[in-house]
Amino acid sequence: MRKSNWLLLVLALALSMFLAACSGGDDTSETDDTEGTEESSPEQVLNLIEASQIPTMDSSMATDAVAFQFLGESMEGLYRLDEDVVPQPAIAAGEPEISEDGLEWTITLRDDAVWSNGDPVTANDFVFAWRRAVNPETGSEYGPFMMNGVIKNAEAINNGDLDIEELGVEAVSDTELLITLEKAIPYFHSLLTFGTFLPLNEAFVTEQGEDYGLSSDNLLFNGPFTLNDWNPTGDNPDQWSLVKNEDYWDAETVQLETINVSVVKETSTAVNLYNTGEIDRAGLTAEFVEQYAGQEDYVTLPEPTLFYLKLNQANEALANQNIRKAIAMSIGKQDLVDVILANGSVVSNGAVPQDFTTHPETGEDFRAINGDLLTEDKETAQEYWETGLEELGVDSVELRYLGGDTDLSQDMDAYIMDQLQENLEGLTIDISAVPFEERISRDEASDYDIQNSGWGPDYIDPNTWLEMWTSTSPYMTMNYENEEFDALISEANNELITDPVARYENFLEAEKILMDDAAIAPIYQRSRAYLWRTSVKGVIFNPMGADFSYKNAYIE
Amino acid sequence: MAKYILQRFGYMLVTLIIIATFSFILMKMLPGSPLTAEQKVTEAQREIILDKYGLNDPVPIQYLRYMGNLAQGDLGISFQMKNQPVTDILLSRIPVSAQLGLQALLIGTFLGMLLGLVAAIRNNSWMDYSANIISVIGISIPSFIFAGLMQYFLGVRFGLLPVAFWGSFQQTIMPTIALAIFPMAISARFLRTEMIEVLGSDYIVTARAKGVTKAGILFKHGLRNALIPLVTVMGPMAVSLMTGTLVIEQIFSIPGIGEQFVSSIMTNDFAIIMGTTLFFAFFFIFIILVIDILYGIIDPRIRLAGGKD
Repeated sequence: MRKSNWLLLVLALALSMFLAACSGGDDTSETDDTEGTEESSPEQVLNLIEASQIPTMDSSMATDAVAFQFLGESMEGLYRLDEDVVPQPAIAAGEPEISEDGLEWTITLRDDAVWSNGDPVTANDFVFAWRRAVNPETGSEYGPFMMNGVIKNAEAINNGDLDIEELGVEAVSDTELLITLEKAIPYFHSLLTFGTFLPLNEAFVTEQGEDYGLSSDNLLFNGPFTLNDWNPTGDNPDQWSLVKNEDYWDAETVQLETINVSVVKETSTAVNLYNTGEIDRAGLTAEFVEQYAGQEDYVTLPEPTLFYLKLNQANEALANQNIRKAIAMSIGKQDLVDVILANGSVVSNGAVPQDFTTHPETGEDFRAINGDLLTEDKETAQEYWETGLEELGVDSVELRYLGGDTDLSQDMDAYIMDQLQENLEGLTIDISAVPFEERISRDEASDYDIQNSGWGPDYIDPNTWLEMWTSTSPYMTMNYENEEFDALISEANNELITDPVARYENFLEAEKILMDDAAIAPIYQRSRAYLWRTSVKGVIFNPMGADFSYKNAYIE
Repeated sequence: MAKYILQRFGYMLVTLIIIATFSFILMKMLPGSPLTAEQKVTEAQREIILDKYGLNDPVPIQYLRYMGNLAQGDLGISFQMKNQPVTDILLSRIPVSAQLGLQALLIGTFLGMLLGLVAAIRNNSWMDYSANIISVIGISIPSFIFAGLMQYFLGVRFGLLPVAFWGSFQQTIMPTIALAIFPMAISARFLRTEMIEVLGSDYIVTARAKGVTKAGILFKHGLRNALIPLVTVMGPMAVSLMTGTLVIEQIFSIPGIGEQFVSSIMTNDFAIIMGTTLFFAFFFIFIILVIDILYGIIDPRIRLAGGKD
């Protein structure tokens, strides 16, 4: 018996030694933590997280917000957006010289911009990059998307009908770039701030070949920061940093020395990291908003991203305008943004978001001019519904509803279904929650009655929100056609292209038609909620491309 | 023995080829394409891009090409991570997951064995009951709950351990514990049952009568015989650790293979999904092989039977 007691003692000792080993580790980590919490130090270091890795640092191949974010910090194009969403000269020395017909843009480059290997940034770097982006052999998605129909001959080159040398961009000299457009594009200036239009150092990219952009070692930079330690196939693929680029032409403006970035996918982990001071910003999902809203470091940022229901008029009931109006007006949008989203998102009552573009003459916001066009009004909705049913000669309608499979979209879709069925007597909704890819392929096949869908802008112009609803648009999968609407948009993009004011009026008018037709049922404009260290100042929020710009940021 | 192992390797290869074929067919049946900006690309442009990656070729041709490359260890390139070779992506992440899984397996089974031993020796005492309660909790509560609780209490509230990331030893502690709880609970229960049975068997009584020391009985006679069933569950435990890492790596932001697998599924990244699936399959089959060999070492009768086949 005594011996077995002795044995138990050994076992207990072994256990406690293991626990001691753990707590021994704790002591050392405590010192690590205090290093991370020096948020108030004047050190110009920012610690950030991203929800995913950088998919690519090749500007011709980039398609998503994370890629454009780090391209935006480490590279510089002709222009850069300022805090008022106005393009400011960057590699360009000044404003472009535009020919009278709006087709030829001559841009003089600054002569003091250099790549991180010391080469000067020349006009040829732009020519090379843009040709590469539309070259079918590159296999770029955004190259043709951004340049076809914009830069002369881009589409023909991308289809393989013309040589890439025929692209409408030419280096007149090392510092003079001549761009020829397919047609006058009023928003071309802001397009030039976009990642796809960044320059590439031809000698370097050619030398790297297939390896270009695979890691920070296979990249050259000309922006405010250089990207360091980024290697998706290296020891730590989920951490990298941006370090101030001393060779940047405007290096004296840049105050941050380092931005450390880590991939964190769980919101709860991000919040925990924020609370221990290891990171300076954490995006919040709805369940955290309740906990932190009202705190000093709680921030919501509106995004120019709209969500709406697409109503497919191939369905007999949805072909009826009264039925569509009834549907659009019977969703409790305010409750949806307050309760289900709860992240600062706002109700949308139009097809163009707020705080996106302003009237070229009066400077008034698009949304403010057109106001609320399709609002929540359950009583009127019921009247429309009854008239619609009468016109159709039926007393019940069954509709298929196509939604996403994420938790949030399922909650939202269930709520919308409930709202519609409750308010509109005789309506039955059948929801399918499918993954994003499946939703896209059903969208393309026009295989839905109602679809919950969203859109982000591709350039800063109302056209990006309206052209897609014309009957010839590839995104028009809901069989909507209104000649008047089509004519207004076509006029805005052809006859009126050099008349910004008249053009803007066309867009305002077109949106009214779209909403009067209830072609889509607008729901909300998304905002994002953050916990954001109040000592971080000067970060610029962009409505498109890179979400943030840290060039002017600093720690107070 | 050598012939036996060689034969098993042969089976392993065939199994892998079958799994690769099935996964390939399943992937081809999935809707969507690996294009990242699907909505913004016109039909013509999509064709150009799919052509470039050979995705417009007939499926049998794509299959043969894939299998040919696979034979050379080339898993293709990632679509999401443009141009990055999948083999390199996996190779950079496997060691991380392997370290985490191995730590969890070793610590989990070691602690589980301790608990099981204590429970068996002190059968029906409070120690036995406590060990039982611990293992029931360990089996029934998913690892991510433990992970979340630890992260909040040890990381945020008490600041004892780093909340997330990978690199230092401290950063491995919480994920290892979270993962180790399940194997600990399983092995504690198994060992307890087996030990009680073994300790009550005739040869132990004989050994006692011969005057073998208590420790000798426990370790030389008892534990060795009780270990065989435990080795059986080691395989499924190692596999459950792999699936456990999917969640745990995500929670602790660990750059392992599980975290990569989750994001590649979200982005329809065919090459990475295939590569990871094959790796998991290979790992599973390999573990089974190792366990069969281990049997032979622990219990020579099994080796002899295998050798005769």
